[in-house]
Order: sequence, then structure tokens, then C-alpha cells
Amino acid sequence: MENYDKLLNDLAPKKFSKLGVIWTSFLILVIIIGVIAYIDQLIKGQVVTNMRDYALWGIYISNFVFFVATSFVGSVAVAILRLSDKKWRTPIVRIAEIITLASIAMAGITIMIDMARPDRLLNLFVHARLQSPITWDVIIIPTFLAVSFLLLYFPLLPDLAILKKYYEKTSPTASKWYGKLSLNWTGSKTQKKIQTKSIKIVALLILPVGLVLQTIDAWLFSTTYRIGWDSTNFAPYFISGAFVAGVGALITVIFVVRKFRHLENYITELHFDKLGKLLTLACLIYLYFNINEYALPVFTAKKGELTHLDTLFTGHYAPLFWFVTIGGLLIPIIVLLFKKGRKPLPMFFIGLTVVIASWWKRYVIVTPTLLHPFLPIQGVPESWHHYFPSLHEWLITFATLAAALLIITVLVRFLPVIPIQRTAEEQDKLETEKNTK
Amino acid sequence: MDKNKTDSRRKFLDKGLKLGLITAIGGIGLSKLATKLTAQTDQNSGDKMELMTTDGTIIQVDSSEVMEMEHTPKHDNSAAIREGMPNRKFVMVVDLAKCKNALKCQVSCNKNHYITGDNAWLKVYKMQETNDTAPYWMPTTCQHCDKPACVTVCPVDATFKRRDGLVLIDNTRCIGCRFCMAACPYSTRVFNWSEPNQGEITLALDMGEEGQHISSPEHAGMPSIKGTVDKCDFCPHSIQNGELPHCVTACPNGVFYFGDKYEDTVTNGDETFRLSKLLKDKAGYRLMEGLGTEPSVYYLPPVDRLVDFEDGLEQYNEFQSVEKPE
Repeated sequence: MENYDKLLNDLAPKKFSKLGVIWTSFLILVIIIGVIAYIDQLIKGQVVTNMRDYALWGIYISNFVFFVATSFVGSVAVAILRLSDKKWRTPIVRIAEIITLASIAMAGITIMIDMARPDRLLNLFVHARLQSPITWDVIIIPTFLAVSFLLLYFPLLPDLAILKKYYEKTSPTASKWYGKLSLNWTGSKTQKKIQTKSIKIVALLILPVGLVLQTIDAWLFSTTYRIGWDSTNFAPYFISGAFVAGVGALITVIFVVRKFRHLENYITELHFDKLGKLLTLACLIYLYFNINEYALPVFTAKKGELTHLDTLFTGHYAPLFWFVTIGGLLIPIIVLLFKKGRKPLPMFFIGLTVVIASWWKRYVIVTPTLLHPFLPIQGVPESWHHYFPSLHEWLITFATLAAALLIITVLVRFLPVIPIQRTAEEQDKLETEKNTK
Repeated sequence: MDKNKTDSRRKFLDKGLKLGLITAIGGIGLSKLATKLTAQTDQNSGDKMELMTTDGTIIQVDSSEVMEMEHTPKHDNSAAIREGMPNRKFVMVVDLAKCKNALKCQVSCNKNHYITGDNAWLKVYKMQETNDTAPYWMPTTCQHCDKPACVTVCPVDATFKRRDGLVLIDNTRCIGCRFCMAACPYSTRVFNWSEPNQGEITLALDMGEEGQHISSPEHAGMPSIKGTVDKCDFCPHSIQNGELPHCVTACPNGVFYFGDKYEDTVTNGDETFRLSKLLKDKAGYRLMEGLGTEPSVYYLPPVDRLVDFEDGLEQYNEFQSVEKPE
């Protein structure tokens, strides 16, 4: 019982520290600035961006692809680890689910920011045409959002009931809300049966839905004739890239949450070790597809394709290309091969680098291709030959990233980031096993 | 046999009854009409007018009977616009041997479509395949592909393909996702990044004279709309008036031929050719045939040139295709 109280005290949501308040206010400030920039974009049109007729997509789209990729962590961490019944997953699944929900929600918003006529959003439903990959996106993103919400919510029910009880005396309002959200969870046998079954269904669903989401995201590009996009390799390439981005984000967030919520007893070095191995696996698979995508074409590249590869390998985009390839792929693989590299702190830096590289990786996928059309770029202002995001684009993009972090922060603040009920059960099991021995 | 007889009798009765009924109704109608007519003849002017009926006979009518018919109001023809002109298939042939980058086509296109942005819909590219091959000027319009990549990816059917071969844009429906621009291998599509300032059109709209400039996919740029895509429309507004597209008539060198594939004829205004023969004789080709987009624009290779390539360099401006007011 003593154990249980300590567990509850450790895992129950805690009020923000001073740092937490500053962090949250900072995020809100960034979001407000972004909203102002977006309103300005609405009024003046997308002329405030640096996109033009050749670079017709920019960081809004690459940022969207990044969010979609990060949301894949839900499918990986939850479904794969759950279906393969890896016991070490317990303290990290909820954080993975939270990241997924935040990412996919922001992906949906980001793609709307790129739409020049958001006032005609309804046309996507009224005049929908099923052959357009955008319509597939319109179908899959809300589906994935719903499934990932349920995957977060169903396992939360017992914990919410526990929190209702926990706050009964100290904070009646909080208790009331947790009670409402717990949907009258009593922990009865029938309830447990329904819950277990529901979780199983949703966990099974999120894997195919996640794969379809990543695939459609890749098809947005590979259904065009453009050099660098017109690749049959694109869907698995995107899926493996999402695997890397998702696990990278998970490691980074877990490190921060662990540090500031003092969860060292629950998220141990063992977990980082396991996650490090998972990230290595992800990076190796991604490396394989990168070789397919960039190295192999060198042998048979047509003229246009060769120009494209040249700008990546040695041309204008070479610094970025090599940063995302070496920093975001090769170095993680090498560092994580060593046991010392899989300790929490080095893992945090690796995770952070992987996330940043993942973001720029999408930029390198979207932009260079558009600046190498089939016919030469002529008859347009000199500035249209290049693309680098404008201030508006940066402010709005930072706001979407801040909004994703804010969603994560708020959910971490009000939800038990580590499943209480499950952890307690597992500890009990350990105790009884010890006692019987 | 007996049965047949009764049956035919029954049929006769039935028909007779129906006929009677119709006559009765017709009679009532006629008498009503007659009363109206007599009422009007009361104020008969006495002037007779000679008119010709549709079958050609001349009749006399009292002039007071003649009334001006109200013009049939333009019915909602959006369905017809999406359908296209029946039994037509428009094509264009561009003779590269004649083009010397005079740019009159571009100027005329810009003027007639009120293009004021930074990217013209009609471009004249300075082309040179390799260092060893001769340079040439290549005008491009929208290729009006029979398998248009842009139409495939449009999520809202804002850009569409018609049976007369045209690929048009309904810019009142476009959501501005720019997927069509990414899909088009000919980089022909142009986006309105800001509120377009189209001179007289914008002025007329500001004055509330929308009626005179009804936005229609058949006359792109009338007006252009912020946050939507524009491109060459093959000028169906000219075709309907029996005229050639603006670029064709503007070209001083007769580079552009326009016509109908079903009629197998193309003309640049001066000369008319059999399309199939012209393409065969002069080895006509289409841009990026390998992609399978099946364009409606054919090119005749720049052989036996009538003009010097260098002549065009004077006009060439790598960074401008729409003239800006000083």
C-alpha cells in the first residue's frame, strides 16, 4: 500500500514549476505571433511567402510531411511493441500516443495553411474527386486522428478514475473533471473486458491506418512526373523515414519529461537502451531506402535526374543534404552501436539531431525538385529561380511546431504520462513473484 | 379472329375518344385565343406588316400584333461549359522554323487576358538541346493534353477536360492547393499569389460592373482571382466568335496554326493546311511525348528556317515575360 501511494504521488499530474510556466508562456507567445502572421497571409495572399510559380510548395508542405512522419511513432511504439508484447514498453507508450495525437492534429492544420483559399475548404467535400491524392489525404488524416485519439483515451480510463479519487480532497474541480472523463470507470470485470477488447481493436487498426497515411503522403509526390518525386521507391522510403522521425521525437520528449517530472525510477536506462536499439534499426532501414533513392539512380540517371542529383551531392543543396544524411542517419547509427551511446544524455542529443535532420530532410525532398522543372525557368524574375522561406513562413511554421509542443506539454501536465494502473499491476506481479520464490 | 375484331374495335373507340378530347381542349384554347385576338383588333392600327415564317412563306400581320420578343435570358450554362463544343477537337501547330521571338503573341495574350503578374501564360523559350545543336525559339501555350496530369490530381474538379479538347479552370472553385502546378510537366500554370491588379478589369469590378465581366472558364483572366490558378485557355471566347486565338492573329510570322482535328485543318489566318499532311511532311512532334500526356499542341522542327535565331536575341529577356508599366 505504501508502495502504491508513492507510485501515485510520483505519477499523478503535477502543477507546472516556474520553468514550466515560462516554457508554456513562451510557446503561447510563439503561437500568437504565428497567428498574426497567418492573418496577414490571409489578407495579402500567399505573396507574403517566398513561394512562386516554380517553387510552388515550400516549408508549409515539408513541415506537413514532417508532422505526418512524426505521428508514425504511435503506430510503431504502440502497435508493434504491443503486438509483439514487449514488456518494457509500459512507461513510454503513453508519451508516444501523445506525440502522435499532437503531430497528426498539427499536420491537418499545416496542410490547410498551405491552401491559398481556406474559405473554400468545403469544396473538398462538396466537389471531392476520388482520384486525387489530396482527397485520399482528406479521408485518411481524420481517420488517423480519430484512431490515435482512441488509442490514447481507452487505456487512460482506469487512470482517470484513480485520479478522480486522488484529487477528491485536494482539488474537487479537478476530481470532478477526471471523474467525468473516466466515463464512470469502476474497474468491474465487464468494463475491463470491453476496455481490453477495444484497445486491442484500436491497436490493430493504427498499424494499417498509419502505413496508409505515410504511403498517401509519399504518393502526393510520386503521382507527379517531377524528377526526384516520380519514384516507385517513395512509399517505403517515407514509411522508413517516418519510423526514424517518430522514434527520434519519442526519445527527445521522453528525456525531457523524465528529467522534469523526476521519473528516473520509472523510465530507466534500460528503456533508453532499448529505444536506442529501436532507433538504430529504424536508421538502418532508412539508410537502405536512401541508398535505393539516391545512390542507385547514379548508374542510369537521365540528364534531368543527374542535374537533380548533382545539386544534392555537390551543388546548392549539398550542405543540407549531407547534414541530413550524415547527421541524421550515419552518426546516429554509429553512436548507438555502442552501449555508452545509448545512455540517456547522449541519446537525447542523438534524438534531437534526428528530429532536426528529419525536418530538413523533408525540405530537401520538396524544394530542389520544384526548382528543376522539365522546361527551363525563363521569363520570370531572377528571385523565382531560388527558394528560401520568408519571415511569414518561418513565423507560421514555428507557430505550428510550438502548437504541437504545447499540445504535448498540456497533455503531459494533466494526464499521467506513465500508466498508473498498469505500472501498479506490474509491480504487484513482481512482488508476488519475489514472494513466491 | 373474333377476339381480334373486338380488340381493333376497342382500339378504334379508344383512339377516337382521345382524339375527341384533344379537339375539345384545342377548341377551347382556340376560342380563348380568338377572344384575345378580337379584343386586340379593337385597337387595330390598320397597318399591315409583311413577315417571313420559318418555312419561308410570306405572311401579312397587323403591325399592332408584332411585339418585340424578350431576349432569352442567358441560362445557366455551366454544364455546357464543362461539356465543351460538340464535334470539335481543337489543336494547334507551332512552326519553329518561323519563330524569331518577336513576342507579339505574348504581348497580345497578356493584353487580352489581362495578365499583369510576373509570369506570362504564353512563353517563348530560348532552347538549345546540347552545345552541338542549333538554338531555336520555342513558344509554348498550355498543351491541352488529352491525358492531362493536372486534371487527374485536382481534388475538387476545378480544372477539367472537355470533349473539344480544352483543359480549362473554374477559378471560382479552385482551392489553391497548387497540386496541378506540381503535376504539369510543362510548367504552364500560373498562380495568383496576391490580389491581381488587372487594370481596366479590376477597375470595372471595383465600380460594381460585374455584369460586363462575368467570370467564366471560357475566358481565363476575366477576372483572375487571388489564391487560384490561371493558364492559357486556347481562347474559346474567340473561337465562338469565329476568330482565331489572340496569339495566332497577333503573330507577324505565321508561326501558330490553329484548327480542328476532326476537320483535319489548321490555319494561321493566311495559309490553311491539312493537319495530317502537315505533320507528316514536316515531321511534326509533341513536347515530351514520352510522358504519355498526349498534348493537343504540335511542333514542326526548326529546319529550313526563314529567320535568323540571332534576330530574336534582341527581344529576349530572361527575367521578364509581362511588360510592366513604367
